[in-house]
Amino acid sequence: MAHLTPVLSAHWDAERSWTLPVYEAGGGYRGLRKALTMAPADVLTAVKESGLRGRGGAGFPAGMKWGFLPAPDGGPRYLVVNADESEPGTCKDMPLLLASPQELIEGIVITSYAIGCHHAFVYVRGEVLHITRRLQQAVEAARAAGYLGSDILGSGFDLEVTVHAGAGAYICGEETALLDSLEGLRGQPRLKPPFPAVAGLYARPTVVNNVETIASVPGILRGGASWFTSMGTERSSGHGLFSLSGHVTRPGQYEAPLGITLRELLELAGGVREGHELKFWTPGGSSTPLFTAEHLDVPLDYESVATAGSMLGTRALQIFDETTSVVRAVTRWTEFYKHESCGKCTPCREGTYWLLQVLQRLEAGQGTSADIELLLDLCDNILGRAFCALGDGATSCITSGIQYFRDEFEAGTHTPADVLFPPERSSVFAYTPRSAQLAGVQR
Amino acid sequence: MTVTSPRPGTATPLVPPAPPMVAAAPAATVTFSIDGIETTVPKGTLVIRAAEQLGIAIPRFCDHPLLAPAGACRQCLVEVWAPGRDGAVAKMPKPQASCTLEATPGMQVRTQHTSAEADKAQHGVMELLLINHPLDCPVCDKGGECPLQNQAMSNGRASTRFVDVKRTFPKPIEISTQILLDRERCVLCQRCTRFSEEIAGDAFIDLQERGARQQIGRFDTAVLDFAGESPVGAAAQDASGRPFASYFSGNTVQICPVGALTSAAYRFRARPFDLVSTPGVSEHDSNGSALRVDHRRGVVMRRLAADDPAVNGELITDKDRFAFAWQAAADRITTPLVRRDGELQSVSWSEALETAAAGLRAAMQPADEPGTGHGVAVLPGGRVTLEDAYAYAKLARVALRTHDIDHRARPSSAEEAQFLAHHVAGRTLDVTFADLDTAPAVLLVGYEAEEEGGIVFLRLRQSVVKRGQRVFAVAPLATRGLQRLSGMLLETVPGDEARMLDALVPGVPDAELADAADALTQAGALILVGERAATSPGALSAALRLAERTGARLAWVPRRAGERGAVEAGTLPGLLPGGRPVDDPAARADLAAVWGVDGLPTEPGRDLREILAAAADGSLGALVVGGVQVADLPDPELARRALDRVPFVVSLEVRESEVTARADVVLPVAPPVEKPGTFVTWEGRPRPFPQALTSRQLPDHRVLHLLAEALDAPIGLPTLAAVHAELDRLGGWDGARAEAPDVPAAPAAPAPDGHALLATWHQLLDEGRLQTGEPFLAGTAKRPVARLSAATAADVGVPDGGLLTVSTEAGAITLPLLVSDMPDQVVWLPTNAVGSAVRDTLHADTGAVVRLHAEDGVTAVDEEGTW
Repeated sequence: MAHLTPVLSAHWDAERSWTLPVYEAGGGYRGLRKALTMAPADVLTAVKESGLRGRGGAGFPAGMKWGFLPAPDGGPRYLVVNADESEPGTCKDMPLLLASPQELIEGIVITSYAIGCHHAFVYVRGEVLHITRRLQQAVEAARAAGYLGSDILGSGFDLEVTVHAGAGAYICGEETALLDSLEGLRGQPRLKPPFPAVAGLYARPTVVNNVETIASVPGILRGGASWFTSMGTERSSGHGLFSLSGHVTRPGQYEAPLGITLRELLELAGGVREGHELKFWTPGGSSTPLFTAEHLDVPLDYESVATAGSMLGTRALQIFDETTSVVRAVTRWTEFYKHESCGKCTPCREGTYWLLQVLQRLEAGQGTSADIELLLDLCDNILGRAFCALGDGATSCITSGIQYFRDEFEAGTHTPADVLFPPERSSVFAYTPRSAQLAGVQR
Repeated sequence: MTVTSPRPGTATPLVPPAPPMVAAAPAATVTFSIDGIETTVPKGTLVIRAAEQLGIAIPRFCDHPLLAPAGACRQCLVEVWAPGRDGAVAKMPKPQASCTLEATPGMQVRTQHTSAEADKAQHGVMELLLINHPLDCPVCDKGGECPLQNQAMSNGRASTRFVDVKRTFPKPIEISTQILLDRERCVLCQRCTRFSEEIAGDAFIDLQERGARQQIGRFDTAVLDFAGESPVGAAAQDASGRPFASYFSGNTVQICPVGALTSAAYRFRARPFDLVSTPGVSEHDSNGSALRVDHRRGVVMRRLAADDPAVNGELITDKDRFAFAWQAAADRITTPLVRRDGELQSVSWSEALETAAAGLRAAMQPADEPGTGHGVAVLPGGRVTLEDAYAYAKLARVALRTHDIDHRARPSSAEEAQFLAHHVAGRTLDVTFADLDTAPAVLLVGYEAEEEGGIVFLRLRQSVVKRGQRVFAVAPLATRGLQRLSGMLLETVPGDEARMLDALVPGVPDAELADAADALTQAGALILVGERAATSPGALSAALRLAERTGARLAWVPRRAGERGAVEAGTLPGLLPGGRPVDDPAARADLAAVWGVDGLPTEPGRDLREILAAAADGSLGALVVGGVQVADLPDPELARRALDRVPFVVSLEVRESEVTARADVVLPVAPPVEKPGTFVTWEGRPRPFPQALTSRQLPDHRVLHLLAEALDAPIGLPTLAAVHAELDRLGGWDGARAEAPDVPAAPAAPAPDGHALLATWHQLLDEGRLQTGEPFLAGTAKRPVARLSAATAADVGVPDGGLLTVSTEAGAITLPLLVSDMPDQVVWLPTNAVGSAVRDTLHADTGAVVRLHAEDGVTAVDEEGTW
């Protein structure tokens, strides 16, 4: 039986867990105090040794990213925290910010100290107003307690934190689009190079990291790099939040060492919905190729998941049982990508527009025999051709869906998905499908 | 065509052609291969550019050599192999956009010609671009010259797999009265938005919405989603009262790779394959922009920018592009006319020439009785070609035996004439466009680069943006043009220019002045003086002193296309061709020898003002007038009196004018599109252009040749070749030059209460004679406004936006007021905008004292005078 390693989520069940006193009582800001006794370069080294990899999806080693900053030239350098969590299925940063915002703020101070930043920004997804408020209050509380502002804890180190709410665009989770949006420009990805480490926010050296990445830093300072590497695998060290959703008995965030399997996580979560069995799942959100029951024992670390043909992504495990139509699920995701495509490049803008129309045909049982090959060819023309990774992500669910469930797509040439997989059987609660509602109106 | 090809045994040609541009040797190079062909390019070269040089065409839409790489359309994908850290050449996992990829040593690029992956990627992107593109090529302006159409044929599928619903938009959006946008045709390459942001700096359109609904739109208060500079203020409104678009918006039509942006003037007018294209040169300003004139069956349908890197790149102003209808206006004069019984009547050429010659001959006779005028003066106007100017210059001296000739149909001064003789004439290509690119600092004196010829502005802006060039301006206010050059205003009251220039001394206590002066001491710094400097006594003298003091080079940038060529051709009272001073006996002898005459008149010539004064008081016998608009002259009333009084007027004109209405003989001449010729840019660069349209109309020099023959004093300039041969034979002047002018500053006294000093200059688009017949263009002009400082506006009691009346004894101009950051007691008016014909209405120009008052019944001034 696998075990959980609650670090970030250790105190989520505490009364008023989001308040500063509760956070401090649980050991909060000990990491910062320790960091401030060290030279910034040593903090950087500690994070490098921990092997902490970016928790936003790409898994780039955080210490290495910080190390890319050019030598200080006297001008400002920035830390920007990406809290624009918008991927379907991904729900780790928002609960973390809701339950334990100080964890992030402590991480921000330590990271800023390590990289020589005096003004950090948190770019929060526009739709989650309650989290923006909680974070703003947390910044205020931390400032009042001397963890932010000038001469933090008497160290002489100054830091301001600005919480910025986006306007609700998936593309702004892409780091360069996020920077443009933060600058007040249209949120579209920038040409790289120059990379943000060289010319990021306001064309200054900038580190952009995910919420969970930065929030993991205080623990590394508290427990040391070796404590962190004692969890996880050799190349995917540490703990991570696994977000189980969908047809699972106890959905939620499970903080466990990287390398845990879905089988183990499902045991912890009470298994798939009672009376049903696993059909397919996403290992890291909707942008990662689907897995099926045959992948239950794939260790959920960066390397093993990649070897098995998908990506660890944001560890957003969406569980679908046998009542779910793959065609319908893939069509919903594609609707999302079509809606969220920023429009900058042709493959993503036009490709998602076309893919959706083909998928909607198939879902309605009105596809043609050429449509599946068309879908695969379109995906081939989008994957690796788009400006940023969003175009690639839009194709993953389609190509993997066809790979594992081709017969369901073929059925789309003659039978609607709602007939093959009545939607009311997939719902957890009693539910009258829209088609039935409309049928009643028409009668 | 060579204008003046040096021949063995001759002096320097009169206006020598510019030496060919030589690219500087790159500091570092990169050697790599494309499709197996090894090539060496300067470090930093993009793969797509290197491929062009090898003759390998990679399809593209968003890529444009003048714009920063975007990588948006993804059409130019290629397969790339590059050496890794271990030195082994490995394939990059994804195809790369060659428009954003810099070549690196050892890189191996495989285009669609050698890589199946690149070919598939390009076909895929092309198919995606076409799914939402309408199949309206048969009615689209771009059809037949469309990069999308062409590349769909070369790099696309023969048939479509798209059977679904296309995205549509309502047909076209009027971006301005001239520019229309069909959004469904747009491939969202962002060339137009990037042009307006990066080049013109005048963003008037931007991307809006996202995903498949993403579209180009103009600034609209209902759409919040835009970046960059938004047009603000009343001055930034066009004639229709909407946010001002741009003087350069026509370029977006030309760089649009599809038919999404079209011009109202050309929309649905012609098919590209029916057009005949002839190279041309813009007649609108002294920048000499290269044009492509597209015509069909004798009618010009449109003009496009031609690519001349040494001058205009691939960009022109909207005036260059759209203002050509004047050449085919309804008031064109097609036959010679002679006045009989008070009416102009069509006559044969021979009769017209005989009549003209008889009249001129009579005027040249010594006066029989006191009070009768005698002598002939020549006013060629500032729009002449080099050849025509030369013919006027020679006609005056050889056939009319006078130095009374002045082409400056604008406010001018004796100081300016001396300045031109001393510093400008005979010094061609001393300062060039290329120098604007590299100058660390540029000082503008009496010159609005954007309004008085846009290409200098565009080149300055590129230098400002890319190389951090610093721009300073001696002017009463910072225009939007200067703001977009990040320029520093050296605020100067009209007439005070000389004092300001003399105050620019390195190390003076005033930090701002010292800063400007220091900047001008850097190697390569430039001072550009405009023709308006002539209106400020001492300004040109002070500019010469400043150049001497700082080492900055000084160039004179006139507005009109013919001004510089006319200076070289010697159409000034004190100046003979090639910068030969009239008062230099050696120069006169030199010229007399080439011209085969016994000698040139020794009596000094009179300038425009003196000529008109003489004509008005009856002491002049006749006038030969070229393309001169009376309303452009410093005192139009005096000019009208002069033309009425002078016994005999010969007019060489393209169209009916106030001069032809008063002329005794009217000789029709060809507009630029109907003749070959050469304009000379402000740099002194000859810009030869061929004849575009077949025409029976004659160029001025041929008419003057015939007139001289009728006068029995042949000038021998019947053909362009004859003119060129003579210009070559004549060559430049290596003798003594005229002395530098040394006119003391004469700053105007502060204006009394209720009055102000007038500041005025031409806007690019206004009521100019060469802009008639183009209503779509006129709609994109800036809305005329008067400008005052806040304090002066309060004194006068006119609120921002209220109507201000500016008047003199002669008349009054009423315009909406725009309160501006400018000196008190100074009022600015557009010189020739709709409802603001300053010279004709006020008989005043820059530096004059004018009266200000609120338009009655319009302002909201209460008893206390506050509002």
